[in-house]
Amino acid sequence: MTGAVLEAEGLAKSFGGVQAVKAMSFRVAPGEIVALIGPNGAGKSTCFNMLMGQLRADAGRVRVLGEDVTGWPPRRIWQKGVGRTFQITQILPSFTVRENVQMALLSFHRRLFDVFGRARLAHADAAAALLERVGIVDLAERACGLLAYGDLKRVELAVALANRPKLLLMDEPTAGMAPAERLALMELTSSIARADGVGVLFTEHDMDVVFGHADRIMVMHRGTLIAAGPPGEVRDDPEVRAVYLGHSLDAETVS
Amino acid sequence: MGFILVQILTGLSSAASLFLVAAGLSLIFGVTRVVNFAHGSFYMLGAYIGLTLVALFGDLFGRGHLAFWSALLCAALAVGAIGALVEIVILRRIYRSPELFQLVATFGVILVIQDLTLWGWGPEDQLGPRAPDLRGAIMIMGEPLPRYDLVLIAAGPVVLLLFWLLLNRTRFGILVRAATADREMVGALGVNQAWLFTGVFFLGSFLAGLGGALQLPKGGANLLMDFGVLAAAFVVVVVGGMGSIAGAFLAAVLIGQLQAFGVLFIPQSTLVMMFLVMAVVLVIRPFGLLGRPELVGQGRQMLDDPLRPTGWRFKALALALVALLAAAPLWLGDYGLVLLIDILILALFATALHAIIGPGGLVSFGHAAYFGGGAYAAALLVKYAGTPMSLNLVLAPPAAALLALAIGWFCVRLSGVYFAMLTLAFAQIVWSVVFQWGTVTGGDDGLLGIWRSPWASDRVAYYWLVLACCTAGILALRHGLHSPFGYALRAGRDSPLRAEAIGIDVRRQQWAAFTLSGAFAGLAGGLYAYAKGSVFPNEMAIARSFDGIIMVFFGGVQQLSGPLAGAAALTWLKDILFRLEMWRLLLGLAVIAVVLLFPQGLAGFLKARFGRFFGIRPELSA
Repeated sequence: MTGAVLEAEGLAKSFGGVQAVKAMSFRVAPGEIVALIGPNGAGKSTCFNMLMGQLRADAGRVRVLGEDVTGWPPRRIWQKGVGRTFQITQILPSFTVRENVQMALLSFHRRLFDVFGRARLAHADAAAALLERVGIVDLAERACGLLAYGDLKRVELAVALANRPKLLLMDEPTAGMAPAERLALMELTSSIARADGVGVLFTEHDMDVVFGHADRIMVMHRGTLIAAGPPGEVRDDPEVRAVYLGHSLDAETVS
Repeated sequence: MGFILVQILTGLSSAASLFLVAAGLSLIFGVTRVVNFAHGSFYMLGAYIGLTLVALFGDLFGRGHLAFWSALLCAALAVGAIGALVEIVILRRIYRSPELFQLVATFGVILVIQDLTLWGWGPEDQLGPRAPDLRGAIMIMGEPLPRYDLVLIAAGPVVLLLFWLLLNRTRFGILVRAATADREMVGALGVNQAWLFTGVFFLGSFLAGLGGALQLPKGGANLLMDFGVLAAAFVVVVVGGMGSIAGAFLAAVLIGQLQAFGVLFIPQSTLVMMFLVMAVVLVIRPFGLLGRPELVGQGRQMLDDPLRPTGWRFKALALALVALLAAAPLWLGDYGLVLLIDILILALFATALHAIIGPGGLVSFGHAAYFGGGAYAAALLVKYAGTPMSLNLVLAPPAAALLALAIGWFCVRLSGVYFAMLTLAFAQIVWSVVFQWGTVTGGDDGLLGIWRSPWASDRVAYYWLVLACCTAGILALRHGLHSPFGYALRAGRDSPLRAEAIGIDVRRQQWAAFTLSGAFAGLAGGLYAYAKGSVFPNEMAIARSFDGIIMVFFGGVQQLSGPLAGAAALTWLKDILFRLEMWRLLLGLAVIAVVLLFPQGLAGFLKARFGRFFGIRPELSA
């Protein structure tokens, strides 16, 4: 299919005897915000790590902007235009907030082997603009190792936006944040996504965040998609209710 | 046929000691995640204490079997107790520190043991006692095999079997296996980790001591045993897989056979063959034959401060320092000038090493290879090409860089302690090539007559040349760390996951940095060769690598100015200590004291104390 920023086709992965992900297929359109939810151990993170190249899939294909990126290392997928945030924030603690963004910009402009320039002066304005956009420009000179968790999540978002991505993969973007902060961050993410036509795929445990911001919700259980659709539809799905409310016996018989 | 069989048996017998040492090393690492660099010293102690006890027990109980074998066993037990003592007094305090601290602390122990051994047993090589009733040789298919080799051949499998029983059939063994698999979980289950660790250290040191004592009738005892066995044990552990006892056995047998047969064909090449085997294994299985990737401890990091622009006061201070140094010939005597040349050259060496250890996050324990590489490149050019000094100094850095490029290709595939061990093992190999290839490199006698060009033959002129080269080198390295390249290197250290997720190939960055660092170390080496007028294999030896580490460490790993302070401090300290009887002992104690009491180093201390005046302050490093 054309037009999708991300397409997964029959993705599967097993660890030892455990089938963590079984034949997952889905797609994300430009500007679309898709939530991937499911109880702990459903296979969300495994699925994510395969999309981003951290894990090699046993079977299936991943396409980004129509190109087959299956088996590519993370850095190459990034170059293709995919920004990523992690469940546990991955930020460079000995860099300032601005330098974190500058680092991503330097990489974007292919200056990683430049030994003559000064990194501190490189792309400073572009970095400031990105920080402005996520609302932490006043923290630009702070060392990241000293930042509060909620601010780190924003730094990570700014870093993820540095290569003008067409797709954002966010693994539990609001985990560990206060409720008010969560909504603010997702508000910010969706406004950016809509403005730039960036497709967003995120996993999340907070149902307020999921139902408040996702255009479409995909529900995973034991390695497979059991439901996918607009929030209203998924909310009323009996199987989803069973999985979340614990009537697992009924759900088993249904599936 | 008989000849080949005997050769195989000889290989098996030499594998025994190697296996015992490597098994102890591997066991200790598996549970505590500490690579005990002093393990070779425990091996040496086993030999020396065994020597004394065999003589003592022989006098007391007659020279029978019981006296001999119980003496060896008691020697091993004594070494085990020493190991436990080291664990309790030193290592227990630094399990939570970055791995560099543990490596440096155990290196301090090496120095202390070296001097104590020298003090206790004297500098002469000691002949080992013969085992009762095992003199002479037996004939196997017409070929002689020393009788004692049979004991050694049996010792390996017996110890492996006992080990298996201990690990699989005892409570202690279950705890050890559990801790190897998941240390935190064992702690959470209420096991007293402190005593488990001490017990493991006892056992591991006991094995090293036993290895040293058992080889007495074959090899005797000498003061070079510690480093000799250390590099080989590292190769065995890396090939076999960290934390795997069976892997250590397999690898020891492999290396033993290699040595036995290598001697036949190319006698000088045994170490090079070891390297080749290791290289092949690492390319195919990066975590060794039976190792598991999870075991490679990602060392807990200390957080560095961000690189801030330095204020004008700091720049003025640096300028004043350079001006003061430039004027040094006016107010400093000849002796002081010689010392200052050493300090400057070592400061450049330490700065190059620091770039890899600090911002690179890779503990290179074999940087002497590139220092020595530069020195030998210059010296060999003088000897065989007769090229002038200026050209040789220009060619020394690329020569060293080439060496670093080749070795780095293997090393950056690994990280943490594996990287440290690999770099050390490679440096040891380069050293042995230089040492053994006497026809080209002069071997132990070194290369003499590395005279300076007439324009620099005067000491003051050469001092200025060194000052100019080292200042330029240090500034270039400093700038490199501030450049996009340096930032990308640091990014890989700070968070490999994030670095990859923003398009940075962490390994490639590290490889390039390692090569560049090698080039600057080579420049330092070239300058050193012309400063001394000669080159010896010592410039490549482990001791030189450790000098670099200690300078970086004394100065403070987290500060860019650390290596400068460290080089000055160490050279000055050594200059004082060298006049004393037991300088290694004192230096070792100083190293241990710095690890335990002063982990920020000199530059870290100065930054905390006076940084504010210069517009810099510790943010994360305090």
